[in-house]
Formats: sequence, structure tokens, C-alpha cells
Amino acid sequence: MPDTGYLVAVVAVAAAITLALRAAPFALLTRLRSSPLVTYLGRHLPAGVMLVLVVHLLRDLPVDRPLLALRELVPVAVTVGVHLWRRHALLSMAVGTATYALALLVVP
Amino acid sequence: MESTPSRGTEIAAAARDVGAVGAGMFLLGSSFGLLVVGSGLAWWWAPVFSGIVFAGSAEFLLVALAVVGTPLATVAVTTLLVNGRHVFYGLSFPLHRVRSRTGRAYAVFALIDEAWALATTRSAATLSGTRIVAGQVLLQACWVSGGVVGALAGNAFALDVPALDFVVTALFVVLATDAVRAGREATGPLLAVACALVARLVAPGEMLLVGMTLFVVALLVRYRLSARPEAADA
Repeated sequence: MPDTGYLVAVVAVAAAITLALRAAPFALLTRLRSSPLVTYLGRHLPAGVMLVLVVHLLRDLPVDRPLLALRELVPVAVTVGVHLWRRHALLSMAVGTATYALALLVVP
Repeated sequence: MESTPSRGTEIAAAARDVGAVGAGMFLLGSSFGLLVVGSGLAWWWAPVFSGIVFAGSAEFLLVALAVVGTPLATVAVTTLLVNGRHVFYGLSFPLHRVRSRTGRAYAVFALIDEAWALATTRSAATLSGTRIVAGQVLLQACWVSGGVVGALAGNAFALDVPALDFVVTALFVVLATDAVRAGREATGPLLAVACALVARLVAPGEMLLVGMTLFVVALLVRYRLSARPEAADA
């Protein structure tokens, strides 16, 4: 069980680094706002960054064991399907997570 | 009412923006709260992490690192790698819309994935500073209160729900689906998936930062190529 002083240090270190990362581009790029490159990145970054995150979250997918891989991929497909159909984020997440709970029962 | 009508309208618009995403963050926050007490920490560490660090998925990782007494240097490097993507968010976040100094400071502090996604998937011309900052305050309120509820529920019922692991994935799948729809092109998303898979193969330990960096480099190269007249139609 970690002591309070250590946990306070963990929070302080993580908060300081996160804030520095978030502030850095504004400190360095105040005059680049209207550049065509920034406009281009603003248009094309969002989808790619989210997809890299999704692949990262699925990084431990056991590709050599199809049934276990499907246990993760089917709920992902259901989440996308429900979201494209109803475009309601919470509903998509709830149905996707329920599908995953079911998948855990079917493929333990 | 003390606030001007336009301010109230903007805050109402922010509440509509946040809507389902805020509900998702409340649920995600409550699974974070469950993790905090499930890891043996006191319930109030959930609002401490969510109030001061406020970094969503990174908070899950921090709790896991902290309970095994990971050295602070490793905590620092891990935070840098996992939150390194935030460096890119500032490039397109419409901070210039926020006028007050306090508002700007908070907007930078609270620039989480969801706040960035909300602010950049709407036209910057229609977004006011009040609407951006109010949205961020609402997102953090959802996240912190979810954490408190989850931690207290975990304490009270000793809950253990393995399916909750999927909530984080579902959240980013939904955000990715929205962003791909808004982007209206397939090449960028395919590039991103390819970069992430390459990073998974060559740098499994630092996959997130390597994948993000590869993707940004790929986008910069594509920008250079498409900027040339003779390559514009290629």
C-alpha cells in the first residue's frame, strides 16, 4: 500500500507533465494559427489520432487465437454499427460494453 | 438572471455539445473510481487524480503504476509518452476564441481528448470562448463526479465488473467514428491505422507515441505532396 507522500508526488509529477504538454504548442505557435498547414492538420489530425488510440487500446489482441480476438473485435464492430445507425455516443458505448460482457460469458 | 442572454445561450449550447460525451465520461469516470478503490486506495484519491491530473485514460495507468510503487522517474516518462499526443492538440484547438486569462489558463489545463474533439469537430466561426470553456468545465464535472460515485459504490458493494474494461475502448471507438465521418476522406484514417500497426510491431513498449509521431510525419509528407500543382490530382 503506497504512502500518501508518494501518491502526492505521483499526482504532482503527472499533472506538471500533462500541463506542460498541453501548454507547449500555444507557447511556441501563437502566430501559426492562420497557416494553411495548421488548417490542414486541424482537418486531418482528429480522425487519425483517435484511430491510433483505438489500435493502441486493442494492442494486446491475440491475433493467433481467432476466437479470443473476435471477443474484442465483435463488440468494437457492434459499437461502430450502433453509432453509425443512431449517432448517440452513450447508447453506442452501452450496447458495445453489453456485447463485450456477453462475449466474456460466451468465450471465457 | 444575472448573466446576459448570450452568455446563457452559449452555456446551454455547451451543455448540448457535451451531452452524450459527458454521460460517457461520467460512466468512464465511475469505472475509474471502481479501479481506485479496487486497487486499495482511499475513495478520495479518485477526485484528487481527476481534479488535478485530469487526463482520462492516463489516470487509469497512473493508479496501476502507483499501487506497485513505480519510481517517480518511470511515472514521469510514462506520462510523457501516454500524454505526448496532447502536444498536437494545441495546433488546432481554437484557444484564440477564449478572451479572459483565467479562461485561457483553464482551457489549456483541461484540454483533454474529448474537449479537443468537441472543439475541433465544430466550426471555429460559431464557437465562442464561453461555449468552449463551459464545455470543458462540464466535462470535468462529469469526470470527477463519476469518479466519486464509482469509488463510493465500489467501497459500498465491493463491485468487480470485468466488462467495464471495454468502456475506454468503446469511448474511443465512438470518438474515432465521429471524427472519421467529419473528416470525409479515407486516406488519412487508413494512414493512421497503418502507422499504429507499424508502431505496434517495431515499438510495442512505446506504441502510442511512436504511432502518433509516424502519423503526423505521414500527414506532413502528404501535405507537401498535395501542395505541388503537378501532384494535386494524383
